[in-house]
Amino acid sequence: MRPPPATAPPDELVVDDLTVVYGRSIQALTSVTLRAPVGGIVALLGANGAGKSTLLRAVSGTLPLHTGSIAGGTIHFGERPLTSLPPADVVAAGVVQVPEGRRVFSELSVEENLRAGLLGTPALRRPAARDAVDRIFGLFPVLAERRRQSAGLLSGGEQQMLALGRALMAGPRMLLLDEPSLGLAPQIVERIAQIVRDIHAQGTGVLLVEQNAALALELSDHAYVLDVGRIRLDGPSDELSCSDDIRRLYLGEQDEEESALAPAALPELARWSG
Amino acid sequence: MTTFTQTLFNGLALGSVYALIALGFTLAYKASGAINFAHGSLLLLGGYLVAIWHEPLGFYLALAAAAAGTGAAAMLEALLLRKVRRTGSTVPTILTIGVDILLLTELARRIGGDVLTAGDPWGSRIREFAGITVAEARIYSLLVSVLLVAVFLAAFHRTRWGLAMRATAIDREAAELMGVRSDRLWMSAWALAGVLAAVAAVFLIAFPAPGLDRNTGHIALAAFPAAVLGGLGSVGGALLGSLVIGMAEAAAAGYQQQLSSFGSGIADIAPFVVMVLVLIARPQGLLGSKESNRV
Repeated sequence: MRPPPATAPPDELVVDDLTVVYGRSIQALTSVTLRAPVGGIVALLGANGAGKSTLLRAVSGTLPLHTGSIAGGTIHFGERPLTSLPPADVVAAGVVQVPEGRRVFSELSVEENLRAGLLGTPALRRPAARDAVDRIFGLFPVLAERRRQSAGLLSGGEQQMLALGRALMAGPRMLLLDEPSLGLAPQIVERIAQIVRDIHAQGTGVLLVEQNAALALELSDHAYVLDVGRIRLDGPSDELSCSDDIRRLYLGEQDEEESALAPAALPELARWSG
Repeated sequence: MTTFTQTLFNGLALGSVYALIALGFTLAYKASGAINFAHGSLLLLGGYLVAIWHEPLGFYLALAAAAAGTGAAAMLEALLLRKVRRTGSTVPTILTIGVDILLLTELARRIGGDVLTAGDPWGSRIREFAGITVAEARIYSLLVSVLLVAVFLAAFHRTRWGLAMRATAIDREAAELMGVRSDRLWMSAWALAGVLAAVAAVFLIAFPAPGLDRNTGHIALAAFPAAVLGGLGSVGGALLGSLVIGMAEAAAAGYQQQLSSFGSGIADIAPFVVMVLVLIARPQGLLGSKESNRV
């Protein structure tokens, strides 16, 4: 086991030797080590219950809401330690999570949802706040058309865009995305994927948690595979998507002949090109 | 006609005071998910503090101090509830009953059989207009309550604090992920509830009411059906419910003669009768929300 670094290199989310327990005895993560640089997209794969959401909760500081706590290890973002900080401090450090299942504020309007994304940042003057909202509307024109509608009445894809937009309001340097494709139609998933690429292109780091391994490997530069609370393997995404284990376990691949193909040419991935 | 006008005014004045109580009650509920059964005792505390402080401090300073004291007491209660919040909202709610009994017992011991006055500047002065006679205190109670409610609504819908409150009430975890410090928010909501209760207490014990006695907290109970019939957790519902309850109570008192076949004292039970009738017809309350989510 590597000794924990005293300070993480700048511009990188570093989870080091992290162990998380729920209640007194349920160990959800065991010695998990993971790095997500601001310049990249890192995917975290794993089956249901592997501990993917737990890892994001640990980073965002919402474990106490689920009777969980960090039993060992550290989390840093650049120089700043995030270990066991309350969520507001993690947001202030520039790490913002888009939770699984969108979790938009359904009774609030689309615009109010976006403004809620500013609640963790120092108060802005009204024109600045309006500019921030307009910037998000520029990214998601469909939301602009529905700015006065209550968020609960949006479609699943629109809610996902709203959840993304809401998180972007704070101007995060690292975005934690929990299952952004969950329950969405393939064309919508492709749009969300494009948005994730755009967010990345604008300099925001992305840690992408996905059960949809094909999508996650297509989007990311580097991927980790979590299995029952431990990192089973990790590596560059294009290598992983050729690996037999990954193909068998997560891509539903049976045919060994096709493993030589480039990932973009895999038949499974064609689904997402919508 | 005179009875009608009189009833209308009394109902408005009473309803507006209930609105202050129901608003605090609703706010505390929205922030914590716990129903604060100690709200009546907090109100009694506010009234008691004004009653004992108005002589040394003067009325307005006493009111400010009492409002601060009641707000602080509400925050203490909220701190206590936070200790048990992981268990869900049932245990905190039961804990409020314990706080209520403790606070009520101590205040009843101090007040004893006395009837204390608030020392308010309106005294027993009355005004006549539109053919009716009303206590000056009631006019001020109506004006101040409407003003406070308006300020509150503006803050609730136009400020960051209000947005954080509304977002947290809908989904606390999502709000925290946006950087809301829900613990501080919780404290601020309860403190505000306490302040509003103290102001309401002054109006409840001012003329024509005889003053503060150990049972004044029970009057606040009428604001409970107001909050519930409006739809628990809905601010608009609490305001509407307060108006309905105030009107019902004033009507039951104003038309007591005509209602004499039900016996006297119908005004006291009117709020609860109305609550039961409304909830039978609309279980979620007047403005309570049915799920409007699309998944």
